[in-house]
Amino acid sequence: MKKAYIRPLDLRHGTVDLSHGGGGRAMVQLIGEIFGRAFDNEWLRRGDDGAVLPAPRPGERLVVATDAHVVSPLFFPGGDIGCLCVHGTLNDVAVMGARPLYLAASFILEEGFPLADLQRIVASMAAAAKEAGVPVVTGDTKVVEKGKGDGIFITTTGIGALPVGRELSGANARPGDAVIVSGTLGDHGMAIMAQRENLAFESEIRSDTAALHGLIAELLAAVPQTRVLRDPTRGGLAATLNEIAQQSGVGIVLDEAAIPVDPQVAAACEFLGLDPLNIANEGKLIAICPAQFADALLAALRAHPLGTRAARIGEVTVDAQHFVQMKTAFGGRRMVDWLAGEQLPRIC
Amino acid sequence: MKYVDEFRDGEVARGLAEAIAREARPDRRYAFMEFCGGHTHAISRYGVADLLPPQVKMIHGPGCPVCVLPIGRIDQIIRLALEEGVTVCSYGDTLRVPASEGLSMLRARARGADIRMIYSAADALALAQKEPARQVVFFAIGFETTTPPTALVIRQAAQLGLKNFSVLCCHVLTPSAITAILESPEVRELGTVPLDGFIGPAHVSTIIGSRPYAHFAEEYRKPVVIAGFEPLDVMQAIRMLVRQVNEGRAEVENEFTRAVTEDGNLKAQALVSEVMELRREFEWRGLGVVPYSALRIRERYAAFDAEARFGLTYQGVPDHKFCECGAILRGVKRPLDCKLFGTVCTPETPMGSCMVSSEGACAAHYTYGRFRDIPVVAA
Repeated sequence: MKKAYIRPLDLRHGTVDLSHGGGGRAMVQLIGEIFGRAFDNEWLRRGDDGAVLPAPRPGERLVVATDAHVVSPLFFPGGDIGCLCVHGTLNDVAVMGARPLYLAASFILEEGFPLADLQRIVASMAAAAKEAGVPVVTGDTKVVEKGKGDGIFITTTGIGALPVGRELSGANARPGDAVIVSGTLGDHGMAIMAQRENLAFESEIRSDTAALHGLIAELLAAVPQTRVLRDPTRGGLAATLNEIAQQSGVGIVLDEAAIPVDPQVAAACEFLGLDPLNIANEGKLIAICPAQFADALLAALRAHPLGTRAARIGEVTVDAQHFVQMKTAFGGRRMVDWLAGEQLPRIC
Repeated sequence: MKYVDEFRDGEVARGLAEAIAREARPDRRYAFMEFCGGHTHAISRYGVADLLPPQVKMIHGPGCPVCVLPIGRIDQIIRLALEEGVTVCSYGDTLRVPASEGLSMLRARARGADIRMIYSAADALALAQKEPARQVVFFAIGFETTTPPTALVIRQAAQLGLKNFSVLCCHVLTPSAITAILESPEVRELGTVPLDGFIGPAHVSTIIGSRPYAHFAEEYRKPVVIAGFEPLDVMQAIRMLVRQVNEGRAEVENEFTRAVTEDGNLKAQALVSEVMELRREFEWRGLGVVPYSALRIRERYAAFDAEARFGLTYQGVPDHKFCECGAILRGVKRPLDCKLFGTVCTPETPMGSCMVSSEGACAAHYTYGRFRDIPVVAA
């Protein structure tokens, strides 16, 4: 009998069609040739419905986080939906203080989506996962009819192990604590926006998308007394600090002059009438710690390549209203409120 | 940022604040209206009020294009999108303004209306060119600053002979609004609303020039200082207004000389008058029906006038009965005077237009200033 032959996927001109999600041979082929090849590891090779994972070390607890990614455009300066969907979920696990261990990924593909783009995205995901040292151990693929999706949506879920005794939460901020940010704000959102609006600047604004668990490990080793870690993604610094103020039942007062913003990003925000404090970041960290450890925390951040522009930007206060306020560089005072409505849809 | 940071310098601001405090007489009160939402926004965002002595108060004016748009106009554009199936192009802020039947353009979108957010009139024209099978209607709102781009796309559409592009023209005129405020009973009956002068528009004045304000200075004896939208511009303008009041002068002065001339932009003015003409009357939110206060598209460009093309008639709709946007836009009330402010009316669920745009008095106070309403204890 002749050996069964399946023609390889046309990765140059081919597109996703409904059969790729149909559960037949075409689906198996897509998974094998694109996902299996890129993510290759012992769990995927078994081809089972789920991954069997070892239990964490005794006394450790598990942290799980999930994140859907619908960013448009799919490819942007500094990254693409592939690395973004790895970084975004890893960071959610890492800011809980956990060591990220495994990722799961689920893809919704639209009929007609170029296989070349899919391969490029999956390669970027695989590279980001490899760099972070976190394997993608299980996944799922669905295909929707043309017009019912927008190319590709990716949901990733991350699992991490929380070392014994570590307790980080947005509810832990105390009056007098220092508020620190790991670098310039608004880079990711403005990179997307500039690309979407075809804004040309002298030098390109690049997304800051990055996995933060390395930086966080250094930070927690230097200052285990750190109370809150958060990554200011959608809604930017403003939304994240308001969340923390609500959760902890405190106020926060920022010093505008101390907040790092890249001049290009500031110019783009000025041009579009946006506030960098509301713009999404994908590789930045907010850390809150008791004031006496602020210098040590800053030093730990600045010693890491992802934290060179870290800055102490404010302090936690007593405020029954849980407002976030800011001393403006101009010399006045104002609130830093949640953003109303949607400033930049489909940012991540 | 060059050419921007210079106008936001905290050091200079402190110097100006000291000068204003020195020059403002302790025995009298100064109430100035900043006409434009751009000034309102700058005052709130940079905390300018904190730098003023207690006897100098700022009153927010009606110069927020989204705020003055009456419900009836938004109903018109929503009906066009839902009933005629046209593709509506609109500036983003307008999308959230509440209209009749619990709708807004954003909610109409969720019901299937094809409403697109654009950044310039040219985007709307480009869409019509790219998709000839769609009827594209540009919802043109704003004061004199945004009018020339609208006039330009209408002229371009005519030159291109486009059959699928029209404009719902809701452009309004600044001087008419100022007259309406000065003629309002509250301001005329002395003492109800004290008004010692105006900070005149920045961007609007680059188009219309400083001359149109001379009338207010002369006729109503109110000083006007045209000022840029940066916080130092505002501070400098306040200082100039204090001086005029102290010296008993009522003149038009120009703080924004880096952009505004006496005549304005003659080319833009010519373009606008080629394409548009005065409306006999127009309804404003807050100011009611104001004669000769808005523009419509001239007969020769009627093919691009959505009102003509779709046979639209205007139906005024009253605001929510507790909504104080009207009085707030006239400077008669402040956001806190409104029962709805911060309770049922917030930026997430706006009842009135002043809560919608970031230039609106209510949204600016809610977003940047509401901590002032409650004493805050320091750590």
